[in-house]
Amino acid sequence: MTPAGLIPVAIAGGLFIWFAQMIPVIGSGNTLRYVWEWVPSLGVNVSIYIDGLSLTFALLITGIGALVMLYSARYLAGHVHQARFSLYLTSFMLAMIGLVLSDNMLALFVFWELTTITSYLLIGFSHDTAKARRSALQALLMTGIGGLALLAGIILIGTTAGTFEMSEINAMPGVLTGSVMYLPIVLLVLAGAFTKSAQMPFHFWLPNAMAAPTPVSAYLHSATMVKAGVYLMARTHPSLAGTDFWLWTLTIAGAITMVFASVMALRQTDLKLALAYTTLMALGALTLLLGNESGYTITAAATFLIVHSLYKAALFLVVGILDAQTGTRDANSLFGLARAMPITATAAAIAAFSMAGFPPFLGFIGKELKYAGAIAVASEPIFVAGAVLISSALMVAIAGIVSFRPFWSRSGKPIAGVKEAPWPMLVGPVVLAILGAFFGIFPETLAITLVNPTVAAIIGGAEPAKELKLWAGVNLPLFLSIATFVLGFSIYYYKQKLRTILIDLTTRGPSFDNGWDKLMAGVAAGSKALTRTIQTGVLYHYMLVTFATALAVLAATLWFRSTGIPAMGFPQVALWDWLVFLLVLMGAALTLVTNSRITAIAGLGVVGIGMAMIFILYSAPDVAITQLLVETLVVVLFAAAALKLPHLTAEPLRKRWVDAVVAVGLGVVTTVILLKVTAGPIDRELTTFFETASWPQAFGQNIVNVILVDFRALDTFGEIAVVLIAAISIFALLKSKPEEEKQ
Amino acid sequence: MEQVLSVLIGILVASAVYLMLARNLLRFLFGLILLSNAANLTIFVAGRLTPGAPPLVPDGLDAPVGAVANALPQALVLTAIVIGFGLFAFALILAFRAYQSLGTLNTDEMRVAEPEEIK
Amino acid sequence: MNSVILIAGARLQAVLLLVFSGYMLLRGHNAPGGGFIGGLIAATGFVVYAIACGTQDARKALRFDPGSIAGAGLGIALLAGVMAALWGDALFTGQWLFIGATEDSKGIPLSTVLIFDIGVYLVVLGAILSIAFSLEEAV
Repeated sequence: MTPAGLIPVAIAGGLFIWFAQMIPVIGSGNTLRYVWEWVPSLGVNVSIYIDGLSLTFALLITGIGALVMLYSARYLAGHVHQARFSLYLTSFMLAMIGLVLSDNMLALFVFWELTTITSYLLIGFSHDTAKARRSALQALLMTGIGGLALLAGIILIGTTAGTFEMSEINAMPGVLTGSVMYLPIVLLVLAGAFTKSAQMPFHFWLPNAMAAPTPVSAYLHSATMVKAGVYLMARTHPSLAGTDFWLWTLTIAGAITMVFASVMALRQTDLKLALAYTTLMALGALTLLLGNESGYTITAAATFLIVHSLYKAALFLVVGILDAQTGTRDANSLFGLARAMPITATAAAIAAFSMAGFPPFLGFIGKELKYAGAIAVASEPIFVAGAVLISSALMVAIAGIVSFRPFWSRSGKPIAGVKEAPWPMLVGPVVLAILGAFFGIFPETLAITLVNPTVAAIIGGAEPAKELKLWAGVNLPLFLSIATFVLGFSIYYYKQKLRTILIDLTTRGPSFDNGWDKLMAGVAAGSKALTRTIQTGVLYHYMLVTFATALAVLAATLWFRSTGIPAMGFPQVALWDWLVFLLVLMGAALTLVTNSRITAIAGLGVVGIGMAMIFILYSAPDVAITQLLVETLVVVLFAAAALKLPHLTAEPLRKRWVDAVVAVGLGVVTTVILLKVTAGPIDRELTTFFETASWPQAFGQNIVNVILVDFRALDTFGEIAVVLIAAISIFALLKSKPEEEKQ
Repeated sequence: MEQVLSVLIGILVASAVYLMLARNLLRFLFGLILLSNAANLTIFVAGRLTPGAPPLVPDGLDAPVGAVANALPQALVLTAIVIGFGLFAFALILAFRAYQSLGTLNTDEMRVAEPEEIK
Repeated sequence: MNSVILIAGARLQAVLLLVFSGYMLLRGHNAPGGGFIGGLIAATGFVVYAIACGTQDARKALRFDPGSIAGAGLGIALLAGVMAALWGDALFTGQWLFIGATEDSKGIPLSTVLIFDIGVYLVVLGAILSIAFSLEEAV
């Protein structure tokens, strides 16, 4: 471990202390808000809002962050890319803090995406394995798509409520629930929350994300980032919850995720994967609880949020220790290591007790509250309580598998020569486990500091938070707890049989992961086919489509918006004008029909001279001189280059009637538009300004030149820059060697 | 005269588009020149035509006397002509180099960047 | 092309066009002319010279690399625009100095606008010659 490895620890620890000193202020019911205008015209502010909810998250992020960073300083010591890892992890932490502190929804979105990106980098940290790359990409795409949906939802919220500040929106009851946009808003916001928090059917990226180093799994994919979706649901709860739609969507998605994930957890033999599925289960439970608005359910959610982060991070770190010290995470090869690593074993046991929900640990209170909340839910309490019972029982069994069996079981022989982990890796699990036990014995300390302010932030003053008690008397939750233990122990006892059945079932059933691969292949094939259709690689097709579209758009506009072609008598113009007209016409016709390069160039020259004559006739001497000079240069250059090119071949009109139709159509449309334009009035305001200001202000008599070099000098500067760029490009084109490009 | 020039611009646009739709890159370039001429003329005509009165302030006066030609489109067209020259030169030399490298001016056969799908 | 008359004529007209271009540039603010036109006239002179005597001679007669001329022109134009900041005005605001101004006459006007137009002149001259010379040399 190097001193440099401790810098992130210091950052996280310092932030933790800074947030911790806010507890008295926030705990007594205050909120803090700081605003800096960033893009005021778009309503984007950098605004910090600290209430119970954001403070709880901030403390979890920085506290667990500090422990995890200390742990990884040792875990990854000597790794080639350790510095990179620290950078990613610290960036993630800062992004996550920004996410929970932002009051402005657009700023929240920016941080939300930053956590997605850092998560991508961390999952793909072992980028030399295909599995890590695929998992990283999968997580990025899933959460990225959800992030886009969230952005759309946020914009809808902003336009509906008139502000992007969440604290202001939450202070306007009914502004969103009463709006016609409510349904799209909820769907889009939940799409973001569900993908981030891995709810069914978007769950499969999370187990795959276990390809990341274990500290990452403990930190991002258990304690913090995956809870961003939960945070979002809690943050928007005051303005989005309270409808049947919210209630049912969250209840059903949460319940299904919870039960499915806990069953899948039992199937795993890789301890880390088992923990990943229990994380899914916890996220499902939190989603389910947040569907409601009763004091019981929200208190349960707030408590369980903290409980879960404490024990799950501890257990992940324990699995990391096992992996590092023994070289395996397989549940069937780890037995009886308690003697070899007593501190780890004790920390694992305490965390597991909390996870399983034994008294007197915090997990017990969390579970009791979940039951109380489940009974208190607004709809179908039996269904919800049943789902909680099944998943809690499975948690008991899995807690046994993850932290009892590897340390205490005598079913197999312990791996020889295993040593206790070094202290930096022990601090995390031990501190987190002890906290779980401490808060279990003194729940009121947690209640007044974090849970009550969080509940107040989510449901406001509607209903006070329920008391956190270790012994709540003989009641229904207690009986349910006892049933949980009985069921849990039975499952643990029959785990091998159940696992065999589950493996059999899941290998035969459809797999989300395979579905994802098929979807990705389909998207790739579809975009390739689409590209082939619209990008033919033939210039002619591009030109035809471009011109035909221009024709269609212009003609349609003329047709639907037109007031008819202005009346046009035979124009009374001078002989000179007719001669110029005929000159240009001849030049164009010559260029059009000839198969001789020289004739065509001469034709173009004639057109150019005709143009210059028009400019002279109609009082534009500067333009006329420029036109003449440029025309000369065009002919010189063209003659120099074109004579080295092959002769033109005839392209007969009868094979090109489509082109002719498009060309004539565009010509007619242009003429009609111009006739209408010139028949209408003209606004000479700008011209008048230039005419009157040219001499008094800019001391120039040639108005055209004054516009170019004085009034609009910046434009002219841009234009000469373009000329220079053209010259440089041409120089580069001519100096590159043709031989090099040939294959 | 605006009406006559409107018709002329229409003819120039039609010729330019027809040429730009040709398979030969050299014809495409002819079209490009005609199109930029047509565009310049369009801007000029849209600003209305005034014969015999260039936009100059006479000596000793603060502003031109009577109606003079619209100076604004003239300034626009003047720079457009020079920029159009830059664009044309670039396109010409691109075609020239493409011919040196690929040995053809037929745009249907220029498939280096986007080769035909091998079925 | 080895016509003696052409070469002699080209030399003469190049000199004439160069002088004329300077005249057009300087009078541009008050009469038809200016940087664009001046630059184009000068460029035409050198292009004809290059056709008659070859680009080698033309480059020699020009003394500076056309690309550098164009680059310097852009820099001068930018400088002329930025100079306005010295007087506390917005960028590209023209600044004037009238030397020997009296009641009736404005004397000799010197301005950043003229410097800017010189920049335009040099960019147009340099860019066109760079294009023309490299094309002549490539074919």
